[in-house]
Order: sequence, then structure tokens, then C-alpha cells
Amino acid sequence: MNTTSDVVARLSGAVKRYGQLTALDGVDLVLHRGELLAVLGPNGAGKSTSISLLLGLIRPDGGRVELFGRDPQQIEARRRIGVMLQTAMLPLTLRVGELLRLVASYYPNPRPLQESAALAGVTDLLQRPYGKLSGGQQRRVQFALALCGRPELVFLDEPTVGMDIDARQKLWAAMRSLVAEGCSVVLTTHYLEEAEALAQRVVVMGKGRVLSEGTVDALRAQVPLTRIRCVSDIDASTVANWPQVASAERDGARLRISTHAAENVLRRLLAADETLSELEVQRAGLADVFTELTRDEPALEQEAA
Amino acid sequence: MNAVTITNTAAAAAGSMGFRRVLGAYLAEARSECLRYMRNPGFMLPITLFPTMFYLLFGIVMNHAAGPDVARYLLVSYGVFGVMSPGLFGFGISLALERDGGLLTYKRALPMPPGAYLLGKMLMAMLAAAAVILLLLAMSVGMAHLAITLRQASLLLLLGVLGVVPFCALGMLVGTLIKGQGAPGVLNLIYLPMSFLSGLWIPMNLLPKALQQMAPVWPSFHLHELGLVALGVQQGNIAGHVLALLGYTVVFLVIAARRLRRYG
Repeated sequence: MNTTSDVVARLSGAVKRYGQLTALDGVDLVLHRGELLAVLGPNGAGKSTSISLLLGLIRPDGGRVELFGRDPQQIEARRRIGVMLQTAMLPLTLRVGELLRLVASYYPNPRPLQESAALAGVTDLLQRPYGKLSGGQQRRVQFALALCGRPELVFLDEPTVGMDIDARQKLWAAMRSLVAEGCSVVLTTHYLEEAEALAQRVVVMGKGRVLSEGTVDALRAQVPLTRIRCVSDIDASTVANWPQVASAERDGARLRISTHAAENVLRRLLAADETLSELEVQRAGLADVFTELTRDEPALEQEAA
Repeated sequence: MNAVTITNTAAAAAGSMGFRRVLGAYLAEARSECLRYMRNPGFMLPITLFPTMFYLLFGIVMNHAAGPDVARYLLVSYGVFGVMSPGLFGFGISLALERDGGLLTYKRALPMPPGAYLLGKMLMAMLAAAAVILLLLAMSVGMAHLAITLRQASLLLLLGVLGVVPFCALGMLVGTLIKGQGAPGVLNLIYLPMSFLSGLWIPMNLLPKALQQMAPVWPSFHLHELGLVALGVQQGNIAGHVLALLGYTVVFLVIAARRLRRYG
């Protein structure tokens, strides 16, 4: 399974600097055939830089970038990918069908127009000028453009921004059918539930490095599973010293606790403060994992130093 | 059918593409580029209206008593004025906006064949230039009753279509230097003074001596001179002017291409 021919894209020790700023500081990233990889991270984490390297838009200052074993700036490599960028202003006066025909013309063996349109759910928009579409419809058209060339690898940068829930669900279904066809997908997103719902593997980036990599479940297992919030005047540092409490901190009147054993901590908490109110208990999602990972970052750096 | 699909898939696996499909991609790009601007009145109206209105006003209405040479001279002047703008604005503004809006980045990420984007824009500028020249020719024959041979008209049209290229290169250079909304202002600061200084509004011999001597600096001056030869208003050596225009094109292109490659 892990033979080299299985790898469709790879960053090895990729470094990218913009003047003083190190955008990527030795990133290793491997993408296998037929997998959906979600890349998460706060703004400035290096997600876009990594994608730009893989697309051949920028050159690395160190390390290697491979797309199907080639330099991404070779057109032969890019003929096997599809792209949906976050900020592409497409020509407003062109009709959707015309845009699809144009982008499909770049590829050796594109999908038939109707098939691309059906996959992305834009069949009813083919005759409409792109500029007259809503934001969500425009995103769907951009998705259609990403898959119209029958690519083996699709880059989707924040694909569901500006979509309503229904449209988002449809796009998720389309992504799943792409993956079922054997297409690999690289997805960057701010919606962690999106990564949770779709990704086989998740990479969390922060300050130009890969902080964590693994399945969603493995990632979730790394951090406290439950969060407790309540209004209470118990001292946060006291709670922090209780067994099974990972962390406790005060946020105004509120106390915030992360724990592996919510039931035990709750019992003790309720006993300790009879006036406790506005209790909330929430299982940690990927969002908490993400916060946890990116917050630990300075600590990691200190360890490294 | 099956056999075809299999060979296509095999070709796709290597990422290679047949000559006919590559050619098709160039054509599709050019077609899209033309369509999107022809449909954009904000682009087409100023490009066709300004030269035709000026020609109507200053070339026909105010000069109806002038001799045929003056009429031809004015046709060439406003023709050159009209040819400059699709090159400068078609290339400059769209490139500046598309660099800003991310379209250029998107196209660079796609497997678009090299240069198709710029070739498409150039073709669009050539078509727009042809449209302007045809409009002016129709006005000059229909309204000013200018005696002009078919050969002269064709030469002027050809000159317009090819003469737009140096201005495309200049527009492209500006488009690579300026991003976004600042481009139209800068382009007008080039377009209007250059038109004036190369004698497109006021005949060259009425301009101050110093400006007359400076005129060969402007590419539009050379195109104007070529146009005057084409319509038989004056005789002269055309090789120098052609070379000057070629030289400008190459210089602008080289600088622009270097900037485009480095900054995207």
C-alpha cells in the first residue's frame, strides 16, 4: 500500500521564506492515491503556502516538492490535478457552460460537460453568466471546474465558504464520490466538522510546521475529551490540581475545565460549590483538539529550543 | 469507441496531450477572452466611443471644408488613437485586475498551455482594434466622403490589427507594475499625453519644436507615420518605424515577462 507509486504528491522538508518571515519551516507531507486529506491550521499556519508549492505557484527555498513524481511547474504534472482556489475572481460575463468548456479544454481527457455539471450540481446554471450567480452557486461552479478535467488529485481551498447547509451537504457528497472514483483530495477548511465528516487523514499545521498528523479519531484521542463550563467562584488553580483534570482556567465569572473523566469531576464540582450555575458539558470535537494543538505551540517551540 | 477511451486514458496517465487538443485549448482561451470583453460594455464602449466621437467632432464636423489630405491625416490620427486603447486598456487593466483578483494565480495552477492567456488577450485587442478602424473607415467614407481605395483601407486595417501589439506589450508592462484599481488612472496618464505628444490631436507641425523633436520617443508616433504612408498622405521610409515598433514591443515584453514570472 505504501509503495512510492501510491504517492501522488509530496513535500519533503519544504522551506519557504518571505524576507524575514519563515512561512514553511521544514514541512513533510505525503498524499496517497484515493485518500482525502484535510489540512487544518490557523491563518498564517502555512496551509496556503503548502498548497501553492504543490501547485507550482511558488518555489521552495529548501526541500523538495513533487506532484506525480514531477516538478509541479511541469504542465504534464498539472494536467492530472484539479484546483479550487479561495479567491479566484472568474470572468463575470462568461456563462457557466463556457467556463466549463474552457477549463476542460486544458485537459487531455476531460469529463463530458453534462457529467461535470451533474457532479457539482450546476446543471441548471449552465446558461447563466457567472457574475449573476450567488456566492454559494459560484463556489459550486468552481468545484465543477476543479473536477471537469477528470483529475487524479483535486485541491480544494476552503470549498464550502459561503454555502448554506444544504449546498454544503451536496458538495460533501460530491467529494465522497470523487474519492470513491479513486481521486485524491486535499482539502483546507476552517470548518472542522467538515474535516471530521470527510477526511481519512488530518494534518494540523501551525507556524509553518506540521503539528500533528493522523486519523480524526487518533487526533481526538490526543487531547481532553470533555469540556465543562460553569459559573462558579471555586479557585481555578484548585480545580486544576484535582485528579483527572487536564486544565482549568477562569474566564470572568466562568470556570472552564478540560477533563478525561467528566463524570467524576462534575460530581466533585457540584459538591464543592452549591451555588454553581449555568453548567455546560461538551464532548471535545476536532475544534478543541485544534485549539489545544495550536495553543501548545509556544511550549513546543521552547522544548525544541 | 472503447479503444479510443483506453488510449485517451493512457495518455492522460502520463499527463501528455495531443497537438490538436493543445491547439484546441489555445482556441478556447482566445474565444473566452474575446467573448468576455465583447460582452462587457464598460470595456467596449469607451474603446469604440472615444475615437469615433473625436473623429466625428474634430475630423468630420469641424474639418468639412479641408482638403482630402487633411481628412486622410485625421483618419490616421484618430485611427491610431483608437488602436492604442484596446492594447493599453485591454491588456493593462485586465492584467492588473486579474493579478489582484486571483484569476491569474488560478490560471497558473491550471494546466493552461503556456502563453494562452496572453495570446488570448492579444487576439481580443486585435479584434477590438479592427472594429475601431472599421468604424472610422465607415464614417470617413459614409460621412466625410473621403476618397480612399480598397487597398488603402485594407492597409490601414492591417496596420491597426498589427499596430495594437506594441501597445498590448506596454499595457502588459503597466499591468505587471500596478495591481488592481490603480491601473486605469496610470494608463490614462500614459494614453492621453502620449496621444497629444505624438501629434494625434494637434498635427505635429503645430506643436512646439521641442515636442516635435521628442516625438520619435513615442511608439504612437511611429504607428501614425506608418498610417500616413499607408494612406498616401506622405512618402517615406517605413523600415525605421516598423523597427522602432518592434523594438518597443520586445523591450516591453521582456521586462513584463520577467516581472510576471517573478511576482505572478
